[in-house]
Amino acid sequence: MERYEKTFLVLSAAVLVAFLVALAYATIAMHIELPGKAGVIPIKPGQNVAAAVLATAPFNHPGVTKIGPDQYQVAIVAQAWTYYPREIEVPAGARVTFVVTSVDVTHGFEIPGTRVNMMLIPGYISKLSYRFRKPGNYRIICHEYCGILHHTMTAVLRVK
Amino acid sequence: MSAPIVYRSEGFELPGVQRNLIRWTIYLGFAALAVGVVNGLDQALSYAGINIFRFYPEMRTYYQGLTVHGVFNAIVLTFAFGNGFISLTTARALGRALSTPIQVAAFAAIAVGTVLAAFAMFTGEATVLYTFYPPLEASWTFYLGLALIVISTWLVSADLFLSLARWRREHPGERIPLLAYMSVVTYLMWDLASLGIAAEVVLLLLPWSLGLLPGSDPMLSRTLFWLTGHPIVYFWLLPVYVSWYGMIPRQVGGKLFSDSVTRIAFLAFLLLIPVGFHHQFLDPGISPTLKYFIAVLTFAIFFPSLMTAFAVMYALEIGGRSHGGKGLIGWFFRIPWRDPSVSAQVLAMLAFMLGGISGLMNASYSMNMMIHNTTFVSGHFHLTVATAVTLSYMGIAYWLVPYLEQKELWGRTLARWQSWIYFVGVLIFSTGLTIGGFAGMPRRTPIALISYPKLPEWQLAGLLAAVGGSLMFIGAVLFFVILAVTILAGQHEAVADIPLSETVERPTLAGWAVRLDRLGLWLGVSLVLVLIVYGSFIAHHLPPHLISQPFKAF
Ligand code: HEM
Ligand SMILES: [Cu+2]
Ligand SMILES: [Cu+2]
Repeated sequence: MERYEKTFLVLSAAVLVAFLVALAYATIAMHIELPGKAGVIPIKPGQNVAAAVLATAPFNHPGVTKIGPDQYQVAIVAQAWTYYPREIEVPAGARVTFVVTSVDVTHGFEIPGTRVNMMLIPGYISKLSYRFRKPGNYRIICHEYCGILHHTMTAVLRVK
Repeated sequence: MSAPIVYRSEGFELPGVQRNLIRWTIYLGFAALAVGVVNGLDQALSYAGINIFRFYPEMRTYYQGLTVHGVFNAIVLTFAFGNGFISLTTARALGRALSTPIQVAAFAAIAVGTVLAAFAMFTGEATVLYTFYPPLEASWTFYLGLALIVISTWLVSADLFLSLARWRREHPGERIPLLAYMSVVTYLMWDLASLGIAAEVVLLLLPWSLGLLPGSDPMLSRTLFWLTGHPIVYFWLLPVYVSWYGMIPRQVGGKLFSDSVTRIAFLAFLLLIPVGFHHQFLDPGISPTLKYFIAVLTFAIFFPSLMTAFAVMYALEIGGRSHGGKGLIGWFFRIPWRDPSVSAQVLAMLAFMLGGISGLMNASYSMNMMIHNTTFVSGHFHLTVATAVTLSYMGIAYWLVPYLEQKELWGRTLARWQSWIYFVGVLIFSTGLTIGGFAGMPRRTPIALISYPKLPEWQLAGLLAAVGGSLMFIGAVLFFVILAVTILAGQHEAVADIPLSETVERPTLAGWAVRLDRLGLWLGVSLVLVLIVYGSFIAHHLPPHLISQPFKAF
């Protein structure tokens, strides 16, 4: 019996290790990055989050900025139940970095059909880069419940 | 040769009061499920663009119903079932009664807690979903209700630990009976895991909702929530594993393969509590290094479930062969499918295998970026908690309710159909949600009301969700009919005992395996792991950033 028990354990462990190797491969070979620490919104004692966001660059001027050859930054402010700006235009093939934050509750930020998918948490800056190779209209959707009109929270990204 | 998994094989009877308390606790859970699935139906139809929830009298919005669905199904049903069922298995395993006062207190806590939370939800004061992320702010009755529900599980734990401690004092040098071991480790795991949510609710949200704090800390709350929110799934699952290891082998005519492997599987869950960060892969403010590290741990939790799959398959195979099953898979068709308790639970196992695959995809962060917060996630957890767990609860109820009522199960054939209908339903439902998820269909969203156009792929996805969800709903209704008729009009029948597996060999009294029973030690190890993973994050974060003002637009 002892032998059977060991076989059990070894077999289970082997399956697991196989999965881990696959994951490591995906990370290294496919260069997939998770959103991480992209900064916080400095909030003074007693200050309201919305006021602090609007006083912090780049959220004081939300929109598209060219930050290098072929590189764009898109600053977006999320507020129940819209994004500022609501319509965004970027060139196809360029590296687009989304820098987003929320002024009130937790919101979501996803673009169906892409890897662009992150949570927006009050006080924190969420950041993610992506290259849109195919021109067309992409939809930005809030996919975290954020109050009674959550299902109307959307924006459009035009890739030209 | 074989060995029992309980202390006394025969001649144990639970005092009548305790039997009734367990009965009422379990019925409270099923009553919550009955309300929960009604809301499930409207959610499923909404994904096909059909809006029926405006006809629901108690709900002003989709989200109000979704909050009820999440809280009643994922919290009240599961906690009540665990409290009742695990109290029973522990008492039976140790061959001794529990403490009546503690059982009364536990029942009172979960009943009052449920009523308070229900009051808040039905009056529209708590439309915050079952994750209640601040600064969405519910009324204090909601948080107090949740706190009481958690306290009921702690009371049950206290009862289990006291019973076990007394038993060990009376039986020095003996191994803990296997059934008691599985039961107690389930609650030990949960006690440690629940500290996150308890701290969140009691230290942050409850005082905030009473106006005692200047604001809420969305990030800290979320992290504390997920500290509990991942291991909570083991708390849903482990009572079902108790049945799959402790009862199913007997019910199918097989045997439990190994005493030690079973203990190791349960211990693994205790040690792997701190993996909840994978729910926050896409959150800002948490370092990617920590996230990668957690991804590794997350994979480790498949280990005890793989062990379970092997062990259960072994038992089913012996059972199937003893009923004349032959060949490589022939035995599978010969297990007693006619027993509704068996068919429900074996179908639940099949759903769990599929759920396990989608879980692996979820845990791989590369994949997670595609499907996070899409309906892929709901597709995953309806295979797991809503089927592997809930359909197993139903299967267990098919022997448990007759045992508690001393009545014969009514409608055995219908019960068998019930499990198949629910199972086929969830397969269709989850297929739809999975397809939708890959096409970015958001979860927690009434697609019937969205202000933007549907993507083309969402059409088929929503249709499948609606058809499958309706079948699940029918399956659930049949379950309640069977239960109600059995309770109200069932024929009296003396049911002497619960089904109990046997292991192939007695547990050893010497060697490494004895150390598995040193539960205090293992609890300590687990605590250290939790501190390592969460300690640095929380220490860096404290004191709480109470930045967010209440948001109540729901
Ligand atoms: C008739 C059976 C059921 C149907 C048709 C159903 C349907 C659904 C649907 C369509 C959603 C997604 C709603 C959305 O994200 O907008 C959902 C969410 C959910 N369901 Fe079910 N469900 C059923 C049973 C269950 C059971 C038995 C459980 C657990 C024991 C459960 C637990 C949950 C949870 C935890 C959520 C997530 C709630 C949230 O996002 O806040 N469901 N259900
Ligand atoms: Cu939003
Ligand atoms: Cu939203």
